Amino acid sequence: MPHIWCAGCGIGSAVGCFIRAIDRTGLNADKMALVSGIGCSGRAAGYVRLDSFHTTHGRAIPFATGLKLANPELNVVVFSGEGDLASIGGNHLIHAARRNIDMTVICINNFNYGMTGGQLGPTTPLDARSATSPYGNYEPPFNLPRLVAAAGATFVARWTVFHLRQLERCIAEALVKPGFSFVEVIAHCPTAYGRLNKQGQGVDGLRYYKEKSVVRNGADPSEADIGMSGPILVGKFIDIERPTFWNNYMQVSNKAQKK
Amino acid sequence: MSEEGIREGQFFINGDEACAEGAISAGCRFFAGYPITPATEIAERMSRRLPEIGGVYVQMEDEIASMNAILGASWAGVKAMTSTSGPGFSLMMENLGLGVMLETPCVVVNVQRAGPSTGLPTSVGQGDMMQAKWGSHGVYEIIAIVPSSPQEMFDFTITAFNLSEKYRVPVLLMADETVGHMSEKVVMRRVAPEELVQRRRPTAPPGKYWPYQPDSDLVPPMAIAGEGYRFHVTGLTHDERGYPEMTAAAQERLVRRLVDKIRLNRKDIINYEEVGTEDAEVVVCAYGITARVARRAVQQARDEGIRAGLLRLITVWPFAEDRVRELSQQVKAFVVPEINYGQIVLEVERCAGGRAKTLLLPHMGGGMHQPQTILEGIREALR
Repeated sequence: MPHIWCAGCGIGSAVGCFIRAIDRTGLNADKMALVSGIGCSGRAAGYVRLDSFHTTHGRAIPFATGLKLANPELNVVVFSGEGDLASIGGNHLIHAARRNIDMTVICINNFNYGMTGGQLGPTTPLDARSATSPYGNYEPPFNLPRLVAAAGATFVARWTVFHLRQLERCIAEALVKPGFSFVEVIAHCPTAYGRLNKQGQGVDGLRYYKEKSVVRNGADPSEADIGMSGPILVGKFIDIERPTFWNNYMQVSNKAQKK
Repeated sequence: MSEEGIREGQFFINGDEACAEGAISAGCRFFAGYPITPATEIAERMSRRLPEIGGVYVQMEDEIASMNAILGASWAGVKAMTSTSGPGFSLMMENLGLGVMLETPCVVVNVQRAGPSTGLPTSVGQGDMMQAKWGSHGVYEIIAIVPSSPQEMFDFTITAFNLSEKYRVPVLLMADETVGHMSEKVVMRRVAPEELVQRRRPTAPPGKYWPYQPDSDLVPPMAIAGEGYRFHVTGLTHDERGYPEMTAAAQERLVRRLVDKIRLNRKDIINYEEVGTEDAEVVVCAYGITARVARRAVQQARDEGIRAGLLRLITVWPFAEDRVRELSQQVKAFVVPEINYGQIVLEVERCAGGRAKTLLLPHMGGGMHQPQTILEGIREALR
């Protein structure tokens, strides 16, 4: 299938994992909706045979919130990039986690705005070069698992596009988990970020993830910061139970209807 | 209250509350919003009413999220609304454009206050009339309706839902603080199901359905999520199948249709009220709360022997240009009082085309015109 992603890009691998994860769960794909924002990862919505929505920059989560709350039977998934979800859409990310909206957010983190040519983003490591940090990045990055866990997400995991089997299983788990699930996928961007930081081709990215990743399920997300030269902590960090928005809303609604 | 929790009868309530009840009578079952004066009472009423009738109220983190949430809800097949005032309206603009591009039925209420910026949050303004038409980027056409009373906040909210479902476009209810906050008798009538327009649904089976293949009225039937159609929609320029086609040719086809589905159906959409225009030599063109002040001034002018009339705009966008053109051949002048420094007057002037004089009576906001001011304007226009 023709697509917009560059040779060596990690996003396609993550989309593959997502599609195989749907099969793995046995969920009815007719009842699934995929919502994306803007950016390279945001184009995923156009490549799946699901009810799919390619929305505006940063706004996939509130759009998905409306879909989910208006039809709770839908299995709603947001697939987008870290610039979209954690910078321009950062407010929506933390509030959806706080409300514990029952949705799965798959966040491709490739450390830069790839589509616009490799500018620095909310997760670009300190010292990293980008189109807008030509002398090295002087802003500290977000640690996304820590951010969403602090905001109240009930399922938080991170894998890289080297860990395809783990990622597929993890997304499958997230899809059936009630509440706000967040899966961060570390992916390489050889065309923009990789080139500016001398990280080589796609295969070099995979080798890097193989060498630098440390699997630690249950790790405290506060230890999951990512620097210029690793390590990259991966695994399922958070898996807890908390009433969803819908659980709470139904209680209130039932009370209001009895009145 | 009827069995389904829909209110019927006579109530003494304010315009914001009447708007919320109108939405419920129209079948709105999803509201996402963010508190802002002077629109907050709409959200408050919805937060009380929707849970008791099986609808969903959600207070979002901001107006950007509210706008997107109602778009999502609409694509799940539920009639959805948000309400705000100037600052929030500005925040909604980008995604109002998404609503236009995806052709998503929904209603956005703007209870206007005086701006720019925070301005006078608790006082009246009509400064967002051009923003309603041009506020989002790119080329599009929108529908905006202006109520003049709490009763019309109820009635026109229903109209807004009907037009949005019919034309698959966000419809703006451009109220103002005075209409929103004033309390009057509101008759909430039982709205018959056949009075309520429901979006046209696909007849083609999944696999054969193209989300943006329009019918003869240029409006495509709309599938909703979860029905098995597995459709794709995007804010990118797209073809009839819904997939991106980023060419000038596709842009021409798509955007022309988005605009024309409103323009070519304008006779069905546009609504206005006329008082004493048959023999008028001067016509006051007004809308919202200002139209009520103008009505008094027109009466006073008639008492003085001036042949004055009132053209009250109900639909402001698309603009009643055919009617203003006609009137311009008959009258000597138009007088346009607005609680801004001249917005709708530009349209009146354009349509008058130099055949009749156009006199703006501006008010910067925070209060309303006095009938006397408009009366003086009428006299001056004839001088």
